[in-house]
Amino acid sequence: MSVLVDESTRLCVAGVTGREGSFHTLNNRRYGTNVVGGVTPGKGGQDVEGIPVFDSWEQAAAEVQPNTAMIFVPPRFAADSILEAAAAGVELVIAITEGIPAHDELRVYNTLQRDFPGTRLIGPNCPGILSPGKANVGIIPASFFKPGNVGVVSRSGTLTYQIGNEIARAGFGCSSIVGIGGDPVPGSSFVDVLELFEADEETELVVLSGEIGGSAEEEAAEHIAEHMSKPVVAYIAGFTAPAGKQMGHAGAIVSGSSGTAAAKAEALEAKGVRVGRTPTEAASIAVEVLGGASVGSA
Amino acid sequence: MDLLEYQGKELFARHGLRVSSGKAVTDVDAAVAAAGEVGYPVVVKAQVLIGGRGKAGGVKLAADEAEVREHAQSILGMDIKGHTVHTVWIEHASDIASEYYASILLDRAAKKPLVMFSVEGGVDIEEVAERTPEKLIRRHVDPLAGLSREQAVQIARDGGADADVVEGVADALVALYDVWLSEDATLTEINPLIVTPDREVRALDAKVSLDGNALYRHPENQSLSDSANEDPLERRAKEEGVQYVKLDGDIGILGNGAGLVMSTLDVVAQAGGRPANFLDAGGGSNADTIRGAVELILANDAVKAVLFNIFGGITRGDEVAEGLIAAFGQLDERGKSTPFVVRLDGTNDVEGRRLLAEAALPNVYSAATMNEAAEKVVALASGRAAGAGVSA
Repeated sequence: MSVLVDESTRLCVAGVTGREGSFHTLNNRRYGTNVVGGVTPGKGGQDVEGIPVFDSWEQAAAEVQPNTAMIFVPPRFAADSILEAAAAGVELVIAITEGIPAHDELRVYNTLQRDFPGTRLIGPNCPGILSPGKANVGIIPASFFKPGNVGVVSRSGTLTYQIGNEIARAGFGCSSIVGIGGDPVPGSSFVDVLELFEADEETELVVLSGEIGGSAEEEAAEHIAEHMSKPVVAYIAGFTAPAGKQMGHAGAIVSGSSGTAAAKAEALEAKGVRVGRTPTEAASIAVEVLGGASVGSA
Repeated sequence: MDLLEYQGKELFARHGLRVSSGKAVTDVDAAVAAAGEVGYPVVVKAQVLIGGRGKAGGVKLAADEAEVREHAQSILGMDIKGHTVHTVWIEHASDIASEYYASILLDRAAKKPLVMFSVEGGVDIEEVAERTPEKLIRRHVDPLAGLSREQAVQIARDGGADADVVEGVADALVALYDVWLSEDATLTEINPLIVTPDREVRALDAKVSLDGNALYRHPENQSLSDSANEDPLERRAKEEGVQYVKLDGDIGILGNGAGLVMSTLDVVAQAGGRPANFLDAGGGSNADTIRGAVELILANDAVKAVLFNIFGGITRGDEVAEGLIAAFGQLDERGKSTPFVVRLDGTNDVEGRRLLAEAALPNVYSAATMNEAAEKVVALASGRAAGAGVSA
């Protein structure tokens, strides 16, 4: 098994006719993901290398029944596109777009909670989700990862590849890699994804990669202590980040004395989660913990 | 994007929140003229993006022209915790009966706006929250409905506002929420929110953070950043659309991806080095992007060595290497004499490292892992040799 995306994924992409959107959509299809359509208002009836394009999510839902949406449209159109996909009944929306205003993210999150509780949002400002050997939705370079039993959940893209690659070089594979994104109001939190990995039979260990800003790692620590039977290994970036400075990601900012990397690492360690001081150390702790288990190179 | 007090007050006034009349000025004569306009006594307030201005001597009461002159002279140019004062705000001094506190912020954990109110204003609110948490009222607002007047009245009452100013406090809260919402703010804070002896409720200070991602909706706010106080390199980076944060060390850092760059800073610090900056080059691998980034890093005179930490994903290692080689060819003397450590990993990393080795660039050293790269660059910055694996 795996979480969120697999062979049953039917993907439809908002922004499929754009340069980035088409590049990554075709990459995802080449990997084996079942791409059933795209949405670009005003371009309905066209196709992108055989992928039919629709004017609206409503039309796409009626014609090709997507169960997964990927959002690649510019920031100013992204919030409405996410909500239209949800209104059309799509259960999983993965928003890659970076730079969406925080107030739009608040509106989207709270509207989904109130009107479309059946839709799960991953991102925005995330690299997507990869279930090795099954499906890739987003921009994660699939070549580093093979199928296996490590679940990865992260706020950062390249850091995920860094840690995942080190685990792969040690001979281990991944069940799924889930990027939850670097924005202040993500649609899904560490806790949401940890719940999925706990329930996934294939996942034996979870690597959590966090960073400065907010309190998602602290909430994850509480959740792990209460609800996780599987081992979790963590890495936190941003120990040297000065307060009040946004470090690339909109959500990566230490506000006053809250949201520091040290506080997050302490919160996790206080609940028995081992935290690597470098990405390499986090990967080697994961490998060490997995050492005794049967390793998936299936 | 944080606003100076006077910029925040201008936004407040636009949304119907009461503020004292005042004027922002940048020299002593203008301060004297402004004081004459707003009427004595006046307060001379340093405009910097840092707390503790009062304690640092950046806020002074002036009863007459001589005092305005004296205080403006001493405050303009003053250094407050590393922030130079370029502007002072001259405001008519207020009579104060009570000092309250009010703020709206984006509560990331609850994913809702949070209204906070206290009658214990005028002091550090984090202390109030710690010492007497019952005196800091915290109420979430449904962002789809907004802050209703009824809820604002309730917050003022629950917080213990004097009965005769409950309506005035509620007005202020509703206006503050309006600023927060319609200006795409992530924080609007008033400390203190004062009650005057004639029972008027007014903002005596303003702290506002605007969402940089929403500035396209607010062209009128785009000029509000504190360009005089902002680090010149950070300002240049912003203009060039590069994610750059200046730090106080001597090792320049460039990487792709915000998380990886943050992690690189940490690993360099663990190796005993001090990073000079954060720079996320994103997915850009072409020579122009890299040359621009290198120029920005080297514009900081403190930089003695530079670490490139690239993990190739969709971007291929050989493309990155070609970009680097082209960029290095265009560097000036300072650039050519500065040691660079390049760590290339990920897609086509072997090919990328081979290209770099073949180019045999002077002063460019290659590393296969982050930890090895950090150790090398720390050694080079301190004038030691980089050890084995040197390509030139």
